[in-house]
Amino acid sequence: MKNNRRLLATPYFFWAAAFIIIPLGMVFYYGLTDKSGALSFSNISAIASPENWKALMLSLLLSLISTLICLLLAYPLALILCNLHVNQSSFIVLIFILPMWMNFLLRTLAWQTLLEKTGVINSILKFLHLPVMDIINTPYAIILGMVYNFLPFMVLPLFNVLSKIDRNVVNAARDLGANSFQTFVKIIFPLSLPGVISGITMVFVPALTTFVISDLLGGSKILLIGNVIEQEFKQASNWHAGSGLSLVLMIFIIISMIITEKYDKDGGVIS
Amino acid sequence: MIVNRLKKIYVALIFILLYAPILTLIVLSFNASKTRAKWGGFTIKWYLSLFQNEQIMTALSTTLIIAFVSALIATVIGTAASIGIFSMKKGWRTFYLGVTNIPMLNADIVTGISFMLLYIAIGASFGFPTVLLAHITFNIPYVILSVMPKLKQVNYSTYEAALDLGASPVYAFFKVIFPEILSGVASGFLLSFTMSLDDFIITHFTKGPGFDTLSTKIYTEVKKGIKPEMYALSTLLFLSVLILLFLVNKTPRKEKKQIIKE
Repeated sequence: MKNNRRLLATPYFFWAAAFIIIPLGMVFYYGLTDKSGALSFSNISAIASPENWKALMLSLLLSLISTLICLLLAYPLALILCNLHVNQSSFIVLIFILPMWMNFLLRTLAWQTLLEKTGVINSILKFLHLPVMDIINTPYAIILGMVYNFLPFMVLPLFNVLSKIDRNVVNAARDLGANSFQTFVKIIFPLSLPGVISGITMVFVPALTTFVISDLLGGSKILLIGNVIEQEFKQASNWHAGSGLSLVLMIFIIISMIITEKYDKDGGVIS
Repeated sequence: MIVNRLKKIYVALIFILLYAPILTLIVLSFNASKTRAKWGGFTIKWYLSLFQNEQIMTALSTTLIIAFVSALIATVIGTAASIGIFSMKKGWRTFYLGVTNIPMLNADIVTGISFMLLYIAIGASFGFPTVLLAHITFNIPYVILSVMPKLKQVNYSTYEAALDLGASPVYAFFKVIFPEILSGVASGFLLSFTMSLDDFIITHFTKGPGFDTLSTKIYTEVKKGIKPEMYALSTLLFLSVLILLFLVNKTPRKEKKQIIKE
């Protein structure tokens, strides 16, 4: 009987082999060969060229900053939401998934309207006699776009982990004389670490590899590594060069996958 | 007291951050002026011309068909796979879950180009099938991760009792196990549908010329200027989901009350 049930995974086995494993193998094949099909590392070493290196460094910088901002914004929020004693935790999850029903590109584009020199935010600032912001088409606007788009990916794992912490453990710490700061540092934060780690990967990977946010909010002058790869594929049709750069990106993705796998013992991002 | 007020202000600020762009789009959908930058007065003409715009309507139906079909196929394959994986020994189970995590943790752009390379290698022509296959693939993990936790909660003694009482395994499965995992299956389907609907990056790399979903249509319009009908359409989509959720959240409570009354 058990054997029969195991067979139910067979369609998925073939599906995963054909559409997950083999395509990934193709990226490796194209990334490690040149146009004649001979083994070559030139596609990978292309990352060292000044433009590509600059794009990679800028991507790393912007994605690290946005990940940090997301963590700093999401942690207090998740704590507050947990203490609200809302028994409908699915409601909170819904509120963060709901914006996805408005198209991702349009939502990001709406920030143009909000951020423009004569946009909504600056009109409000002017009305309040505050200095106006001029951040559209700068890296700051890209960071804002990243934080806006990926914040839910940080909030949800944190909320999941924090709401599972046994209240008795926290109360015990307080009874034993720990103040709220000590309780946080010694009890709550260490227990929430799996959520922190999966939140960081869920934000860092898409932020590092985005080309849409930089396209829409950075003008067309700021190139991130995602933009370079996208252009190699869609405009230059240079699949070997694009795959080589993707392999470099995958080093960072694999590192964060390994870290998540180590901390996230439940074996899934969504729990 | 002050701390409580600060907390409320903080939550409110985050929600303003999350929903400001959505509000902006809704306002823009009623803007009589064609450009984003200017407010030209209130109008509903974009809502009327929306339904005459064939390109947008085609893109909408393509998007909905892809989202529905890919979510449906992913739910079937994913649910079956979950049950299979669940009855496996630890080693195989880790292997399967590791593979399942690849599309979830990998960057969309890498998933997108890996599909593009596969299709180029086998000489497939880019269009509806290529996009659909890609969407099914990135949807399956969401189904598996929604169904697996439910399978852990199922009480297998009832299933065995059903078998002892003469039910066939298939019949026992649909009568005993399936109702218990149904909520996981449903949320897997809805999550898949939403992900497919909102996807741009993977569609961008797997679509061919002349084939557009709403996302890719918007992307090509960005450079030329977005047609205001797009704002109207996304407002309609958003509001219909909002109303739907409101209704879904309302009904169970009524039922509960009725049960208590009875």
